[in-house]
Amino acid sequence: MRKASTDVLPAEGGLGNEPLLAVEDLHVEFATRAGIVRAVNGVSYSLSPGETLAVLGESGSGKSVTAQAIMGILDMPPARIPKGEIRFRGTDLLKLSDEARTQVRGQRIAMVFQDALSALNPVFTVGWQISEMFRVHRGMSKRDAVNKAVELMDKVRIPAARQRVNDYPHQFSGGMRQRIMIAMSIALDPEVLIADEPTTALDVTVQAQIMELLAELQRESNMGMILITHDLGVVADVADKIAVMYGGRIVENAPVHDIYKTPAHPYTKGLLESIPRVDLKGQELYAIKGLPPNLLDMPTGCAFHPRCPYRQDNCVTDNPPLYEISGTRSSACHYWREVLDGDQG
Amino acid sequence: MGRYVIRRLIQAIPVLLGATLFIFAIVFALPGDPIAALAGEKRQDPNIVMIMRDQYHLNDPLLLQYWYYISGIFLRGDFGKTFAGVPITQLMAGKFQVTLNLALVALVMEAVIGVLLGLWAALRRGQAIDTMILAATLLLISVPPLVTGFVLQLWLGVWLKQAVGTEIFPIAGISAGLRSYLLPGFVLAGTSIAYLTRLTRTSLVETLRSDYIRTATAKGLSRRRVIGRHGLRNALIPLVTFLGADLGSLMGGAVITETIFNIPGIGLQIYQGVYLREQPIVVGIVTILVLVYIVANLVVDLLYAVLDPRIRYE
Repeated sequence: MRKASTDVLPAEGGLGNEPLLAVEDLHVEFATRAGIVRAVNGVSYSLSPGETLAVLGESGSGKSVTAQAIMGILDMPPARIPKGEIRFRGTDLLKLSDEARTQVRGQRIAMVFQDALSALNPVFTVGWQISEMFRVHRGMSKRDAVNKAVELMDKVRIPAARQRVNDYPHQFSGGMRQRIMIAMSIALDPEVLIADEPTTALDVTVQAQIMELLAELQRESNMGMILITHDLGVVADVADKIAVMYGGRIVENAPVHDIYKTPAHPYTKGLLESIPRVDLKGQELYAIKGLPPNLLDMPTGCAFHPRCPYRQDNCVTDNPPLYEISGTRSSACHYWREVLDGDQG
Repeated sequence: MGRYVIRRLIQAIPVLLGATLFIFAIVFALPGDPIAALAGEKRQDPNIVMIMRDQYHLNDPLLLQYWYYISGIFLRGDFGKTFAGVPITQLMAGKFQVTLNLALVALVMEAVIGVLLGLWAALRRGQAIDTMILAATLLLISVPPLVTGFVLQLWLGVWLKQAVGTEIFPIAGISAGLRSYLLPGFVLAGTSIAYLTRLTRTSLVETLRSDYIRTATAKGLSRRRVIGRHGLRNALIPLVTFLGADLGSLMGGAVITETIFNIPGIGLQIYQGVYLREQPIVVGIVTILVLVYIVANLVVDLLYAVLDPRIRYE
């Protein structure tokens, strides 16, 4: 009985209250020569079918590491997950055997990476790389698999897909390469799609097209999507809710519109104020003072306190819990009320 | 691509001329008279000496001598004769094959042992076996073939034969067929095996860190497929270059190995040629070695384009 509950994943649907994906108090650390780097310190978030969660944060905030932990593609060692759960349809992925985990990866939880040029294998054609999903996981013949690949390339709107199926990644433009990456990730109709900064390497106009494509694919298939980004502009149109990460933990959770109107954490507020605005043209851009925390040597108390305009004495000693503000909002700041009201700062 | 091959072959002409002229001049500068050496201690008839010197153009200046020689090769396919009157082509015919066999045996050993050890070390990076393999390659690189040759002759040739009662690894000659080539092949390949092992290890470790390997893992492929298909295919590219260029070095390096194991190939022949000041022998063999080098490098460059689609030749 016990084995059944850990090794066999429930099929789609019929879950009761359990969300599609739930990360619970996840900790990830890396053993390095300089010491133990605590990249993720107690992250929790959840995702329902058809929902888009945007995870926002600067480099080193732990947003990508969390995603890689969900995918199970961290190099362990040096990485280690000392604590936490990643429940997919109620089953803790961290307790699965390697084999069962491989069955989830790519088929039920898939990932789109940042730079498609380095993320695609340079020596195989794009058709080969997409069709590999069908050949390996579905046991299709070469020809059927390639036909499926062409269908997918059409679906992500690559012009002349049939002619281009035997081209290599370097023969495509950046935007087209990212479309191929997306085609590969949605090949087997995953229930969760993790997009790790999918537009960072692209031109602004192409960024919008790719985001539109992702949103459209999600509407069609009702998959849950985790969108990792440091770009607040990208998030507004597609995300349902936002989790802001800082120093390896979530500092604010909120539905997308609330966060733009009334941020409840000084870090989120700083991020929003640093977006260039047309009505402030000519003025100096706002920047959050100081540097991101050193993960080897985290500040005491709240990790953000050295940079925080709202800092009080207890911020230096007490690490704030995630205070619940309402049913859908929370903030890891002792003074979230002041931030919400817009005092000081 | 065809144009590229033609351009490369045209580029090969000055290389070939330069290399042969260089060797020709070196042998020309060696002290001693080859005609006098023919008779050893005996007195020679001055008339015959004069005729022979004339016949072999020995009284002409260096560049003219070189012209007679090189035009003979390129215009008539005539590599000249030894001072005893044997055509060089006839002298080299069987010997070239012997050296090629030896070099190929060495190349296969190098490829198989080097790649396997390199893979093993790369997949167990940082563990005991990795350290052991690296230490072993360091040993192979540090000890010259002159030493490994004699040591292996003694251990695997003599002692092993005494221990088991039959000969497994012959220590001289080529009368036992492929078996005769095993020991000399290994000695010849020794340092190359070590370098290839290290190159394979580095190349694979490097490749396995790439983003596309992470993608392959994220696709839910087995580790075996991730490494075997996505990793190896990329890690192989630099190895092919090394192996191809090494074929030439192996044939050139055969001089020492063939002398140790008394193998009648061009290495042994070149040694005797230098010893007897037989200019046509030495230059003829070097010309062919240079050709092998050039062709091997061209094949490697073309293979490169096959292995790595990002490379195109126009």
